[in-house]
Amino acid sequence: MKEPLAPAIYGLMAEFGSSTDLVVATRAAYAAGYRKMDAYSPFPIEEASEALGFHKTRVPLIVLMGGLFGGCGIYGLQYWINCISYPLNIGGRPWHSWPAFIVPTFEMTVLFGGLAGVFGMFALNGLPMPHHPVFNVDRFSAVTRDKFFLVVEAADPKFDVVNTHKFMQSLKPLAIEEVPH
Amino acid sequence: MREGPEEKTLLEDVPWPDEPPVMLPGQTYETVTDTIADAVLTRPIGLGWLSGFLIAGMFVMILLIAVTYLFFRGVGIWGIEIPVAWGFAIVNFVWWIGIGHAGTLISAILLLLKQTWRNSINRFAEAMTLFAVACAGMFPLLHLGRPWLAYWLFPYPASMGVWPQFRSPLVWDVFAVTTYATISAVFWYVGLVPDLATMREKAKHPLTKKIYGILAMGWRGSARHWKRYESLYLLLAGLATPLVLSVHTVVSFDFAIAIVPGWHTTIFPPYFVAGAIYSGFAMVLVLAIPIRKFYHLEALITMRHLQNSAKIMLATGLIVAYGYFFETFIGIYSGSTYERSMLQNRWFGPYSAMYWALIVCNIALPQLLWIPKLRRNIAFLFFISLDILIGMWLERFVIVITSLARDFLPSSWGHYIGTRWDWAVFTGTIGFFSLCMFLFIRIMPSISIFELRQLLPEAEVKE
Repeated sequence: MKEPLAPAIYGLMAEFGSSTDLVVATRAAYAAGYRKMDAYSPFPIEEASEALGFHKTRVPLIVLMGGLFGGCGIYGLQYWINCISYPLNIGGRPWHSWPAFIVPTFEMTVLFGGLAGVFGMFALNGLPMPHHPVFNVDRFSAVTRDKFFLVVEAADPKFDVVNTHKFMQSLKPLAIEEVPH
Repeated sequence: MREGPEEKTLLEDVPWPDEPPVMLPGQTYETVTDTIADAVLTRPIGLGWLSGFLIAGMFVMILLIAVTYLFFRGVGIWGIEIPVAWGFAIVNFVWWIGIGHAGTLISAILLLLKQTWRNSINRFAEAMTLFAVACAGMFPLLHLGRPWLAYWLFPYPASMGVWPQFRSPLVWDVFAVTTYATISAVFWYVGLVPDLATMREKAKHPLTKKIYGILAMGWRGSARHWKRYESLYLLLAGLATPLVLSVHTVVSFDFAIAIVPGWHTTIFPPYFVAGAIYSGFAMVLVLAIPIRKFYHLEALITMRHLQNSAKIMLATGLIVAYGYFFETFIGIYSGSTYERSMLQNRWFGPYSAMYWALIVCNIALPQLLWIPKLRRNIAFLFFISLDILIGMWLERFVIVITSLARDFLPSSWGHYIGTRWDWAVFTGTIGFFSLCMFLFIRIMPSISIFELRQLLPEAEVKE
C-alpha cells in the first residue's frame, strides 16, 4: 500500500570508486548541511562514520551493563545458594567462601557482556532487516565487493531532487541514482 | 627497538628483508573477494574433497556406534575403573579444548595487539575452535554415565531443591566451557556477517542467495553499522582475551585443586594455557597447509603466516618445557615421598615409554624450529605440527593416568589401558572435527574477506 504523503523516492545515491572519494564526499555533504544520510562501504572506514558526524556508539555501555548483570547475578545466586538456600559444609569452609565463587562470576560477566553486546549491536543497527530501499538499486550490490556509496535521504530537510542531484554531481561520483522505495 | 607494525599495515609490511609479505602483491578488492568466495560458490566438488569427506564421515559413524553402545552398556565399556576413573575421556577433553585455544588467541589477542597478519587465518582458526570445543564438550558429558541428566550441572531451581556445588572446579569447568563455546560461536558469527552479505550478492542460485541472505541479516555496509560493529568486535576481543587464558586455567584447576601427587601444583594453570596454545597452533598449521594448497590461497596465506605460527609454537613449546622442568624440580625439592615416587613412576614406571615419547615430541624435536631453513619448509612444518599434536595428547595422558594409577597407597594401585571403545570414541571425534572442517570450507568463506580488503593499500583513506 502506498502512503500518499511519503516522498516519491527514498533518496539519491552517489557511487564512488575509492574509500578516499567516499570520505571526501561525505565530509562535503555534511558541510553542505545534509544530516539524514549514510555512507556504505565494503569494509569499515573509521573516517566515514566520523564524516557523518556519528562519533559515539552505545555498544560499550550495553556490554558493560550486560557484564555487570551477569557477574552480579551469578555472584548473588552463589551467595544465596551457599548461605541461605542450601548451605553445604565442604571441608569446613565458610558458607561465604568467596574465592571459589570468582570463577563462575568471571565467566558469567564475559558471557552476558558478550551476548548483550552482540544482541545490542544488531538491535541498534536495526538488523535483521532483509529489505531496505538501498537494495532497490542494482548497482548497490557492489557495496559488498569494491564500490562505495553515499545516500542522501529524501527525508532530510535540505533535500531537493534537483539541487541535491546537482550537489552530488559536484562530488564527481561514478554514477548517481535515484533510490526508489 | 624495531617499531611494531601500524594498525593499517599493508602489503608492504615486511619487517626484515627476507621476510615474506602478509599478502602477495597484485591483490585488489576484486581478487580478494573472488579468490575466497569462488572457492565456495563456483568451485566444483572434487574427488579429493569428496573422499576426505567420506572418510571423515566413516569415522563419525564409528563415533555414533561407539556412543550408542556406550549409552546401552554404560561407561564400563571404557577401560576406566578405580583407581583410574578418568581415562581417555578426560585426556581427550583436555586435548581438544586446548586445540581450540589457538583460534581465540588469533582472533582476540592478535587483534588487540594489531597483528594484521591474523586476518588471513582468523576465520578458519575460529571455526577450528568451535569444532574442537564441540568435540571436547562431548567427553565430560559422555563420561557422566547418564548424559541425559547433564542439565543437573547448571544452577536451576530444581524440584529436588539441590544446587550445584560451587566450590568444585568441575562446576567451574561447566561455566568456563559453556561460556567459551558460546562466545567463540558469536565471535565467529559476528565476524562472518559482512562476508555473508558478499556471498549473498555473489551467489547465483536463488536458494543459495536466500540462505546467505538470511544469515547475513540484511547487512548493507552502512558506516553507522560498521562503527557499532567495530566497537563490538574490539570489545568481544577484549572479553575473549582473558577468556583464552581462563578456560585452560580452569581446566587445570580440575587437577591442581586435587591433592593427588603430580597434580597439586601451582605451575599447572600457566603451563596448561601454554600447552593449549602450543597444540592449537599445531592444529592451525595442520589445517592451513592443505587448505592453502588445495584451494590455491597461497597469495593470501603466505609463508609469513606459517613462519609466524612456527615461531609461536617454538615460544609456547619452551614455556611448556619450563613447565615440565619445574614440575620435576618441585617434585624433588618438595621432599615429599609421594611426589618423588610419582616422578620415579613417570620416568621408569609402566607408562615411562609415553613420558619419554612426549619429551621427544614436545621438547626435543620442535627445537628444530630454531633453524630458519626448516621454518620455511612446508612439509617439515606439517610433520612437526602432527608431532606436537601427538606429544600434547601424550602429555595429557601422562598427567591424568600416571598420577591416578599410583597414588598414596600401593595396595590400591592399578593399571589402565584404553579399550577399543575408548579409541573408537577418540578417533570418532577426530572424524567429527574433520567432517565439520570439510563442510565449513565448502559452505563459508574460509578467510575473512572484508578484513583482507582493509589490508589492501587502496583501502587507506588518503587525506
